[in-house]
Amino acid sequence: MDFNFTDEQTMVRDSLTRLVREKYDSDSRRAVIASESGWRPEIWSQLAELGLFGMPFAEEDGGFGGGAIDSMIVMEEFGKGLVVEPYVPTVVCAGGFLKHAGTAAQKAEHIGGIVDGSRIFAFAYAEARARYDYANLESTAKKVGSGYVLNGHKTVVIGAPWATHLIVTVRTSGSKRDRDGISVFVVDKASDGVVTRDYPTIDGRRASEVFLENVSVPADALVGEEGNGLALIELVTDEAIAALCAEACGAMKVAQAMTVEYSRQRKQFGVPIGSFQALQHRMVDMFTEYEQSVSMTYLATLKLGEGENERKRAVSAAKVRIGQAAHHIGQEAIQIHGGMGMTDELAIGHYFKRLTIFDSEFGNVDHHMKRHIALSGG
Amino acid sequence: MNLEFSADELAFRDEVRAFIGENYPRDISASALRDDMSPKDLVAWHKVLGAKGWSVPAWPKEYGGTDWTPTQRYIWSEENARINAVMPLPFGVSMVGPVIYTFGNEAQKAQHLPGIRSGEVWWCQGYSEPGAGSDLASLQTTAVRDGDHYIINGQKTWTTLAQYADWGFFLCRTDPSAAKPQEGISFILVDMNTPGIEVRPIKLIDGGYEVNETWLTDVRVPVENLVGQENKGWTYAKFLLAHERSGIAGVARSKRGVEQLREIAKLELLDDQPLISDFAFASKVSQLEIDLAALEITELRTLAGEQAGRGPGPESSILKIKGTEIQQRLTELTLEAVGHYGTPFYGGIPETGSNEYPIGPDYARHSAASYLNMRKTSIYGGSNEIQRNIITKMILGL
Ligand SMILES: Cc1cc2nc3c(=O)[nH]c(=O)nc-3n(C[C@H](O)[C@H](O)[C@H](O)COP(=O)(O)OP(=O)(O)OC[C@H]3O[C@@H](n4cnc5c(N)ncnc54)[C@H](O)[C@@H]3O)c2cc1C
Repeated sequence: MDFNFTDEQTMVRDSLTRLVREKYDSDSRRAVIASESGWRPEIWSQLAELGLFGMPFAEEDGGFGGGAIDSMIVMEEFGKGLVVEPYVPTVVCAGGFLKHAGTAAQKAEHIGGIVDGSRIFAFAYAEARARYDYANLESTAKKVGSGYVLNGHKTVVIGAPWATHLIVTVRTSGSKRDRDGISVFVVDKASDGVVTRDYPTIDGRRASEVFLENVSVPADALVGEEGNGLALIELVTDEAIAALCAEACGAMKVAQAMTVEYSRQRKQFGVPIGSFQALQHRMVDMFTEYEQSVSMTYLATLKLGEGENERKRAVSAAKVRIGQAAHHIGQEAIQIHGGMGMTDELAIGHYFKRLTIFDSEFGNVDHHMKRHIALSGG
Repeated sequence: MNLEFSADELAFRDEVRAFIGENYPRDISASALRDDMSPKDLVAWHKVLGAKGWSVPAWPKEYGGTDWTPTQRYIWSEENARINAVMPLPFGVSMVGPVIYTFGNEAQKAQHLPGIRSGEVWWCQGYSEPGAGSDLASLQTTAVRDGDHYIINGQKTWTTLAQYADWGFFLCRTDPSAAKPQEGISFILVDMNTPGIEVRPIKLIDGGYEVNETWLTDVRVPVENLVGQENKGWTYAKFLLAHERSGIAGVARSKRGVEQLREIAKLELLDDQPLISDFAFASKVSQLEIDLAALEITELRTLAGEQAGRGPGPESSILKIKGTEIQQRLTELTLEAVGHYGTPFYGGIPETGSNEYPIGPDYARHSAASYLNMRKTSIYGGSNEIQRNIITKMILGL
């Protein structure tokens, strides 16, 4: 057993801590999320220069041979600064699909661009009537000539306005909710027939509704086997969940610490509000929730390489526990800040919003509770 | 003991329902958030009710009230909630109005009560300051006597909808040397158009602008705007807070909210079945409804006690705590029900192209913003921690 990071991981984390502190103070972030584009390509380049995007890829694919623990470290730091740039869609999701199922040609085509920051992905999996079921797809791909034609509507695709490429899940055969018949494609966002409607999200990011209207893609846009995509999607989204859990931990840590600090500074009735036991114990509960969440993030991350059942159970357990903790900590942080917590001016509200949306990404508490029950033999 | 309406009460309900059906302004959006609405929309129903004589049902008859029994008032809120009516803002009707008719002089009653009843005059509440929130008595804004004027200096904050206000009621310190902080405070009515008042908007986490900082610099207010006695303002403020609290349970509205949540959960799907047929989700909705039923009967018991001449006492703190927790839970479950469509920030979406490529169902539009916004309810009106302190002291005697 070993809960230590390697020297290299510690170095990466320290340089990220610095970068987030220097470039992601709350005023800069507020200005960025209100700007036309909503993000900073120059931060993206800087992250690429740090070598961040190559960490989880194997050396023979042009990466540095790391894995999920590296993504965990990155995302925890990003969570502390509420970084909006699309690391999870690009590196964890698209990177994951390519890593696990890409052909040599596909890896050669895309991974270099991911590592150097020039190729940015969004993961278009959600659909309007599917809730959190990856198999409940109405989008389709039909074989036409040597390639495929895609149709459908993908909803709330995080990071899509910034993306050069999309990973799209569609049905190639079978009927709604069948486990078989699902396929994964890489789509150049500039392809004819890709229509996006872009918007900001509650938590300061950008997303799109993506409409695929007879989008023609070549045969080699298919990632993995045709019709066999679901297990791959489950693997990659479990990896994404572990990374998001780490992000939530970063955000919870800051929200928790900010609240304690505020309770020290804010005086009412002639004393700091932190001296009221009614608030002290609640801040202790926030801290406990945070610590439990870190543990569950480790559990999920370390089980990603295990067999399917063990992996899914651990990831669902983490998503349940951290989904609950994120709501709890977010709500308590606002309450203890009083009126100030309600303002856009204070950073705490922005942490609350990110922690609110976290629950609905890749399945909420109820969804993962059910998956956990199903995998636990009852 | 029984919960049935009498024949008279049923007739009253029918009358009220018919009146609302015929007279509620049709062009006001029923589900919008307050800050999405124009100031005109916010007072449209108030004005209709003012003309009918129903805008201030809880006031004594001599000041334009209705003499309705608590049961009739209950029916009144139920019937308005059925259509999600935008009710008169509380600042005039439930706050300063009762203070003026209880503690004000005849000139003040004549000057202010008609405008409050009719909805012509918009009021705001200037209590809180940056340094004086839960500890309101520590407020620092001063009113210094200068001939037949007070000169007010200081900063108020969180002043709800002050950007539209014609008048405000302010707590100011008139005796800085009083033995206790509560003793040197006065309750003063201020024309918001007086020179020296600056209202600056505060943006909230849902993106809306419903509160403001209100800066007062050498604001000259005629002495006749003092309500009651100088330095006795705290007594009036406490009286008012009790009024504010009893309306804050929002039972009728939450009942309508639960119905709407069920409607949404019928349309939303989980595994191609209505979400409401999912046991886990349905049990959360029922839990909420059960808590609401308990609150409703508790409120009716409190109202009955009031009719018998008791209260509103410290029990109203229970209504505030449970009422706001339920309102918050309701928005949390609604956000959960809409799934992915809770994520877009609808307030930030450019209007162009909306018909061809819509974003989510209409009922999702306010889900996240409402959830965020409703966090305020456990903070304002005396935070829920302060309510618990009141119960601790006044009821448990600890
Ligand atoms: C949306 C909104 C609208 C408002 N509208 C108005 C308005 O129109 N007019 C107006 O005058 N005011 C208004 N208020 C102000 C409101 O009344 C105050 O926010 C409230 O009194 C709390 O004060 P505070 O924000 O300074 O928080 P603080 O008093 O600083 O409290 C911070 C935290 O400490 C807790 N706390 C404080 N004291 C104790 C204690 N003794 N024991 C345990 N816990 C404690 C609080 O409960 C809270 O959780 C509004 C506020 C909001 C958010």
